[in-house]
Amino acid sequence: MQDDWQNAGFGLYIHWPFCSAKCPYCDFNSYVADHIDEDRWVRAYIREIERIASQTSDRILKSVFFGGGTPSLMSENAVGAILEAVGKNWRFTNDIEITLEANPTSVEASRFEGYRAAGVNRVSLGIQALNDPDLKRLGRLHSVAEGLAALEIAKKTFERTSFDLIYSRQDQTLADWETELRVALDLAGDHLSMYQLTIEPNTAFGDRYKAGKLKGLPSEDAEADMYFRTQELCADRGLCSYEVSNFAQKGAESRHNLIYWRYGDYAGIGPGAHGRLTLGGHRFATETELSPMGWLTKVEKNGSGEVARSSLSKQEQGTEFLLMGLRLAEGVSLDRYSHLTGSAISPSVIENLSELGMVRLENGILQVSEKGRPLINAILRDLLADQ
Amino acid sequence: MSTDLSHIRNFSIVAHIDHGKSTLADRLIQETGTVQDRDMKAQLLDSMDIERERGITIKANTVRIDYTANNGQDYVLNLIDTPGHVDFAYEVSRSMRAVEGSLLVVDSTQGVEAQTLANVYQAIDADHELVPILNKIDLPASDLDRVAEQIEDVIGIDASGAIPVSAKTGQGIRETLEAIVEHLPAPTGDADAPLKAMLVDSWYDAYLGVIVLVRIIDGKLKKGDKIKFLSNGTVHPVDRIGVFRPEMAVIDELGPGEIGFLTASIKQVRDTRVGDTITHDKKEVEALPGFKPAQPVVFCGLFPVDNAEFEDLRDAIEKLALNDASFSYEMETSAALGFGFRCGFLGLLHLEVIRDRIEREYNIELITTAPSVIYHIYMRDGEMLELHNPADMPDLTLVDHLEEPRIKATILVPDEYLGDVLKLCQDRRGIQEDLTYAGSRAMVVYDLPLNEVVFDFYDRLKSVTKGYASFDYQMIGYREDRLVKMSILVNEEPVDALSTMVHFDRAEQRGRAMVEKLKDLIPRHMFKIPIQAAIGGRVIARETLSAMRKDVTAKCYGGDATRKKKLLEKQKAGKKKMRQFGKVDIPQEAFISALKMDG
Ligand SMILES: Nc1nc2c(ncn2[C@@H]2O[C@H](COP(=O)(O)OP(=O)(O)OP(=O)(O)O)[C@@H](O)[C@H]2O)c(=O)[nH]1
Ligand SMILES: C[S@@+](CC[C@H](N)C(=O)[O-])C[C@H]1O[C@@H](n2cnc3c(N)ncnc32)[C@H](O)[C@@H]1O
Ligand code: SF4
Ligand SMILES: [Mg+2]
Repeated sequence: MQDDWQNAGFGLYIHWPFCSAKCPYCDFNSYVADHIDEDRWVRAYIREIERIASQTSDRILKSVFFGGGTPSLMSENAVGAILEAVGKNWRFTNDIEITLEANPTSVEASRFEGYRAAGVNRVSLGIQALNDPDLKRLGRLHSVAEGLAALEIAKKTFERTSFDLIYSRQDQTLADWETELRVALDLAGDHLSMYQLTIEPNTAFGDRYKAGKLKGLPSEDAEADMYFRTQELCADRGLCSYEVSNFAQKGAESRHNLIYWRYGDYAGIGPGAHGRLTLGGHRFATETELSPMGWLTKVEKNGSGEVARSSLSKQEQGTEFLLMGLRLAEGVSLDRYSHLTGSAISPSVIENLSELGMVRLENGILQVSEKGRPLINAILRDLLADQ
Repeated sequence: MSTDLSHIRNFSIVAHIDHGKSTLADRLIQETGTVQDRDMKAQLLDSMDIERERGITIKANTVRIDYTANNGQDYVLNLIDTPGHVDFAYEVSRSMRAVEGSLLVVDSTQGVEAQTLANVYQAIDADHELVPILNKIDLPASDLDRVAEQIEDVIGIDASGAIPVSAKTGQGIRETLEAIVEHLPAPTGDADAPLKAMLVDSWYDAYLGVIVLVRIIDGKLKKGDKIKFLSNGTVHPVDRIGVFRPEMAVIDELGPGEIGFLTASIKQVRDTRVGDTITHDKKEVEALPGFKPAQPVVFCGLFPVDNAEFEDLRDAIEKLALNDASFSYEMETSAALGFGFRCGFLGLLHLEVIRDRIEREYNIELITTAPSVIYHIYMRDGEMLELHNPADMPDLTLVDHLEEPRIKATILVPDEYLGDVLKLCQDRRGIQEDLTYAGSRAMVVYDLPLNEVVFDFYDRLKSVTKGYASFDYQMIGYREDRLVKMSILVNEEPVDALSTMVHFDRAEQRGRAMVEKLKDLIPRHMFKIPIQAAIGGRVIARETLSAMRKDVTAKCYGGDATRKKKLLEKQKAGKKKMRQFGKVDIPQEAFISALKMDG
């Protein structure tokens, strides 16, 4: 019998925890450091690659993702050395996707050529906004012009390029966003990520918000309006909203992220990286040391940066499967859910949600409708209420 | 050997809430060396967790102290520290029945308050001698002359013998002890007469069974005696006799005028009746007048949040009731809330205290429904029904008329807030009976419907007067009025636990306030929810809670699965704390909060 993860394949996530500055909205595990001994870091990544590979050597790698932080602060050689080690330790699928998250400054764009030579075939650019005042408020170090120039170079350099935008910003109206979105769609290739600004606790925005000093955030209604407008305009351009915040032409979806959403297996290395690995019939959740120096010394001393590895219960797996899978337009297989958990979601709950037009159930596939999309958390609470 | 009568003094310490009774008791205990300094702590007698936490006395406590007076003679003093809050006024009245005098403590920074007055009336009722104590003289705001004047003007007693005291620093304590000996009467009684004792209080102790607090009137009580309760004729062999110092201390016998405890293998507090007369088996004595039993006046439903905990709740309630005769309960079923209990309390603080204890000591989370009073329903066939729960209101066509309980409320307030107080009482359907002034303070007396008071009157009074008003009330009887049952419909379905009785003229206003409140209290759902107030089939107020529009996580990648899963689990737990009414989840606090009136 095949392991459940094989429904979605196997990927590798590599976390680079450094940035040039900390953006006020960002709660990623990222830090500003004045000196980084890159060789030491590369050696540590390679040791981690070898450690994980020894547990998963029979797997065929479908994707590699350099995320952050700002991986585009790494040198071309560092990326090259890491990818070389990856290649030595796993077999790749023919169409392996190797993505690197990049910030669109000119310095970083100058490395694109080298990344491509090292094996990177996809970049995701953090453009974030298409007007300078908003970029400034978001704490970004690049201008729109710089961003567009970087995008231009990326498109020429890589087979596949995507970029990220953040909307529902302070003082942004539906009309403002619509104008900006139209420009973005003109610039976009076959993939785009657009996130509504989330105020995360323990960030600069989070603190300001708590103190009542973050003004002009759109209301829930305004956010919903912007969300639906985004869906419409993307659809008009043939960009399918294949996930809550991700849009792509058919076949251009992020394969790496699809592994997460389809609840496949992934190894996570680097500070604070999470993984899901099926080993010996159990699905494990792994976690590495959060602090960069802590992680580095752990790897060097103990040969492992891992600080937690817990076996997920059936119920936990079911919850994760649903909360990731229902984000996808394609939906989830209820058979797979029953297989994972040994139980079924209450038909009456599904029926109630269908009656409200929130979900659709067809041929054993449960999908969240367009209408239900912005309410997924509420839908999940209902679906999982008695699980 | 029991003490000779002329060397005994029995007294209670009474005052308005927080005027310093328990702290004064501390000093008396300490000054007389009853408790070693190293074992002292503030408000020593407030031993229940809930008393210590809230800083108030709930249960009256008795202590026996030995005092050598300035005249060189040794006295036995039995003091009873009483609670100040109006809900526990019953504890004060029965304590007073067991003693001959009282220390009337008045906070000299505050002056005479409503419970000060109430206590004086009780003392007069009990034929007491009073020694006024002006407390907290260490505070700069202390104003002895003004307060002494108030005592004379408002209460009408001589304040020339009032003793200035700081229960905090101990100043005036010696003088207080002397005044007790000199001004309070010694008890009377006949040591050779047949035993006659008053059952003052009783409570359950896990090790000793029921402990009975007694005041000996005549005769002597010894270990091994067979005693009889006059009320029910039951006979019990006494296995232990003692006094409180304040720990239990076993002694050989208690004689006339003395206060102490006995244990006699009594299993349930219900087998004892406070106010009862105790004598020896086979002896006959004339019964004491007894106490009026404390009657619950406020009722509400208590339901476990988790239905599976119903049996645990039953157990908890039975145990608490064992120790608190003024708390009543009966099983209740609600379509919405499942199985629970309809409980009766002396007032809102009493309700809160019991609820807190169940939640904390027994670890059961509760849903509390709207407090209600007992209505008298006169049916067309002449029958009278007591309505404890609005949900049980019979078919109106069968009802002739309704009566509701009314109270006499006494409020003391600085005159700058008088206007607000009058408005509040007027809003609550009050009828003004009296308005007098003592200096810059007004005393107003209102006849008010109890149901307008039980819920949040006291909170409102405190807030409109910035805490400067004091309040006391007494039940005065039932009166007919135009009362109707108001139902609340959420998403077109009636929620029985939110039904309330309201006055017809106020129904619309109350209904509007409630649906507006509920609109804020119920979280948005995936669909819009009408919330209505109705009388019979007629909707009198309506609000619509609009549908939720956005609740989704913007970014959710490999590192987010764990966090989002935990978040969902937390939300699921939160959802469990709500109750489902049809398709709508209502949070538990809504049942109480919806009734609070802001204006
Ligand atoms: N400064 C000062 N504070 C005092 C004095 N006596 C009591 N207090 C304080 O007043 C508050 C109330 O004192 P308690 O002794 O608990 O009052 P109580 O009358 O027993 O209160 P209840 O039993 O709740 O009615 C406490 O914070 C005491 O510390 C005093 O003489 N001086
Ligand atoms: C790992 S982060 C980006 C990495 C890269 N350092 C950058 O800033 O472009 C991935 C994306 O998440 C989005 N993002 C981060 N924090 C967010 C927040 N609080 N609200 C909405 N989107 C956010 C941004 O669009 C960001 O590009
Ligand atoms: S948003 Fe990107 S650049 Fe900004 S702090 Fe976060 S990871 Fe770093
Ligand atoms: Mg007290």
